[in-house]
Amino acid sequence: MADDMLKSENLPQNPERATLEGRNKFMGFWFFLGGETVLFASLFGTYLALKNSNAQGPSAEEIFGLELVFIMTIVLLTSSLTSVYAMYHMKNNDFKKMQLWIGITVLLGLIFLGFEIYEFYHYVHGYEFGYTTSAFSSAFYTLVGFHGAHVAFGLGWFLSLMIRNSKRGINLYNAPKFYIASLYWHFIDVVWVFIFTVVYLMGKVG
Amino acid sequence: MSTTARKAGFGSVLWDYLTTVDHKKIAILYLIGGFFFFILGGLEAMLIRIQLIVPDNDFLSAQFYNEVLTMHGTTMIFLAAMPLLFALMNIAVPLQIGARDVAFPFVNSLGFWLFFFGGVMLNVSWFVTGAPDAGWTSYAPLSIFSEGHGVDFYSIGLQIAGFGTLMAGINFIVTIVNMRAPGMTYMRMPLFTWTTLIASVLILFAFPALTVGLFQLTFDRLFGANFFNPELGGNAIIWEHLFWIFGHPEVYILILPAFGVFSEVIPTFAKKRLFGYSSMVFATVLIAFFGFMVWAHHMFTVGLGPIANSIFAVATMAIAVPTGIKIFNWLFTLWGGSIRLTSPMVFALGFIPTFTIGGMTGVMLASAAADYQYHDSYFVVAHFHYVIVGGTVLGIFAGLIYWWPKMFGTLLNEKLNHWFFWLFFIGFHLTFFFQHFLGLMGMPRRYWVFGEGQGLDTFNFISTIGAFLMAVGTIVFVYNMVMTQVKGKKVSGDPWDARTLEWAIPSPPPFYNFKQLPLVRGLDPLWIEKTEGNGKMQPAEPLGDIHMPNNSFVPFVMSLGLFIAGFGVMFQGSYWFLAAIGFGLFFGSMIYRSFKDDLGYHIHKEDLEDEKGDGSNG
Repeated sequence: MADDMLKSENLPQNPERATLEGRNKFMGFWFFLGGETVLFASLFGTYLALKNSNAQGPSAEEIFGLELVFIMTIVLLTSSLTSVYAMYHMKNNDFKKMQLWIGITVLLGLIFLGFEIYEFYHYVHGYEFGYTTSAFSSAFYTLVGFHGAHVAFGLGWFLSLMIRNSKRGINLYNAPKFYIASLYWHFIDVVWVFIFTVVYLMGKVG
Repeated sequence: MSTTARKAGFGSVLWDYLTTVDHKKIAILYLIGGFFFFILGGLEAMLIRIQLIVPDNDFLSAQFYNEVLTMHGTTMIFLAAMPLLFALMNIAVPLQIGARDVAFPFVNSLGFWLFFFGGVMLNVSWFVTGAPDAGWTSYAPLSIFSEGHGVDFYSIGLQIAGFGTLMAGINFIVTIVNMRAPGMTYMRMPLFTWTTLIASVLILFAFPALTVGLFQLTFDRLFGANFFNPELGGNAIIWEHLFWIFGHPEVYILILPAFGVFSEVIPTFAKKRLFGYSSMVFATVLIAFFGFMVWAHHMFTVGLGPIANSIFAVATMAIAVPTGIKIFNWLFTLWGGSIRLTSPMVFALGFIPTFTIGGMTGVMLASAAADYQYHDSYFVVAHFHYVIVGGTVLGIFAGLIYWWPKMFGTLLNEKLNHWFFWLFFIGFHLTFFFQHFLGLMGMPRRYWVFGEGQGLDTFNFISTIGAFLMAVGTIVFVYNMVMTQVKGKKVSGDPWDARTLEWAIPSPPPFYNFKQLPLVRGLDPLWIEKTEGNGKMQPAEPLGDIHMPNNSFVPFVMSLGLFIAGFGVMFQGSYWFLAAIGFGLFFGSMIYRSFKDDLGYHIHKEDLEDEKGDGSNG
C-alpha cells in the first residue's frame, strides 16, 4: 500500500482528498485558516483603533500612494488565479503544467514581495515613517508585515514542494500538500484584499 | 510486534518518549509535564498563603511576591490545567470514538513539545533576571514598564506554549470529525468527546487573539513599538480587549472538558444513561457560543459606558442557563441510580455544590453595577478559584483516577484516593470560602501584605491553614501514584464496569488500539453490548493490515529551536546568533519534514492474528 501512495498513474478525480491522511490535512488546514482569520482580525482591530494615532509622525493620507498598491493588488490577485490553474492541472494529473503554473505563482509572489519591500523602504527613508514613529506606524507595519511574512512563507512552501517533487509526478502522498499550499495562498490573497480596502483605501479617503 | 512487556534500557525508553507520536504515550508526557507544573504552581500558592498568614508579614519581599503571584496564575492556567486536560483528552478521545490514533500524530507530538519548552522558558526566568511580575493578565502599561526581562519571558514563553495549544486543538477537531468508528454518529459521541471537540473549537478561535496580544507586548518591549504607549498615540486598553477575547473563552476551554469528565463518571457510577444527553450537547455548544460574547465583563470598571456594560452583563448572566441545565442533568442522572461511591464519583459529587457556589458568585460579578464593589478584591479571587479548582481541578483528578487504568493498566489505591479527596476538598473550602468575605470587607487582590487591626487576620489565617490541607492531600495523591506504579498490579480492561468504547479494549491498550474497528450501535456502545449482546464489541471490518505513523524526533527539535530563538530575540545585541540558530533549527526542521517522505508503516494481518486475545475485553 505504501507503494500505491507514490504512484502517479490512475489517480482519482480528487487526489488531494482520496486518502484519509489527505482528508485530514484538507480539513485541518481549513480549521487552521479559521484560526489565522482570528489572528488577522485582531491585527485589523488594533490597526483600526490606532490608525489616526500618528502622534507627531506622518499620517496615512500623507504617505500612502494608491498607484503602487494597486499594482501590487493586481499582481497578487493574478497569482491566486495562476495557483487555481496549477490545481486544475493537478486534478488532470498533468505534472509539468502544474509545476509551470506554480512557478508563475511564485514569480508573481516575488514581485509582490519586492514591491512591498520597496514600499516600506520608501516610507522609512522618504517620510521618516519608522516602526517606532507612532502607534499608527507600529500598527501599520505589524499588520502589513504579518501579511508580508505570510507571503514569504508561502513562497518558501511552494518552492520546497516544487523542488522536492521535481523528479516525480503527482501522487496520493503529495497531492494534498500541493492543494493545501494553494489554499494557503488564496487565504493570504483574501487578507490582502482587506488590507487594500481597510488600510490603503480608507487611509486615503476615510 | 508483540505487545508483551520487554525490558528496555533507560536510554531506549527515553528515546521512545522523545520521538513518540502515539497518543497514549503523549498523554503520559502531558500528565508528567502538567503535574510537574501543577506542583510548582502549588508551591507558589503556598508561598503566597504563608506570606498572608499574619498581617504585615515580611516572609517574601514585595517584588518577589509579585513574581510568585504572577507565576502561580500563569503556571496553573497554561502549564498545569491545560496540559492535564490534554493528557485526559489524549488518552480518552481516540479510544472513545474508536480510532487507532489521532488525525495528526506528528502535530500531536509537536503540540506537547511546544507546551513543554514554553513552560520551561517561563520558568527559566527565575534564574535569569527574575520572573514576570505583572500578574497573569500582564495588563499594559504595568507590563510595559516592568523592569528586567520577566515580562519578556512571559510573552515569549506563552507564545511558544500557545502555538502548541493551537496545534493540539486543531488536531482534536479533525480527529473527532474525521476519525470516528463506523456507527459513531455525532449524537452517539460520549460527552467527554463532545466537550473536547467544543473546547478545541474554542482554542482555535481564542488563542490567535492571545498570539496577537503577546506579539504586540513583545514588540512594544523589545522593538520599541507603541501599541500600548499613550505618549505616541498607543492605547493600553487594546491589550485588555485582546487578552480577554482570548481569556474568557479560555475559562470555558478549562471547564468544558471537566464537565465532560463528570458526564462520563456520573453515568458510570450511577449505572444509568446520562440524563438529557442531547440537552447536554446543546448546553455545551451554547456555553461555547456565549463564551465569545462576554469578554468585557472583565472590564466593567474600565469605563466602556453603561450600554456596553449592560449588554455584557446580560450576556454573562445568560450563561447561567445552559450551565444550570447541566447541573440539573447530572442531578437527574444520579436520581434513582444505583450509586457506587468510588473516588471519581466522590470527586463528581463534591464538584456539583462547589461549582454551583462558584457559578452563583459569577452571576453576582456579572451584575455590572455591583461589580464596581467586587472588582479586584478577594471576592473575585474566591470566585475564580471556586470555578477553576472546584470545577476544572476536581474534574482533572476525577478523570485522572478514572482513566488511570487505561493509561497504565493499574488502579490507584481507592482508600488513599478518598483521603486525598477529603483533605483537598476540606482544605479547598477553608482556603477560598472565607476569601469571599475578605473581598467584601475590602481586601484587594494581589497586595503583598494586609494591615493589622482591619479585621482581616482571622480569615487570612484560616485560608492559609486550608492551603496546607490541600498540599497534604496532594502529597497523598503523589504518594499513591508512585506506590501504585511500584506495585504495578495489573487490572482488566474494564475495571469500573463502564459504558464507553475505551473500556472495550485491554488496559493499557495495544499500540494500535483496536485490532478491528468496532461497530457502534448507539450511545454508550459497550453498555449496549453488555445488556443486549455478549458484552463484547462487534467488529465493523474484517481483520486487515493496520497503517501506523512513524516516530519522529522533529517535533522536539522544532520546539527546541523556538526555545533557543526566544533567548536571542529577548537579549538581542551579541545574542542575535541564538535567534539565527533557533529559527534555523525551526525552519530547517520544517524543510526536512517537507523533503523526507513519511509514509508510516503497516502491521500485517498475519502478525495481528498471532496476537493473543481478540482485541476486546481483556
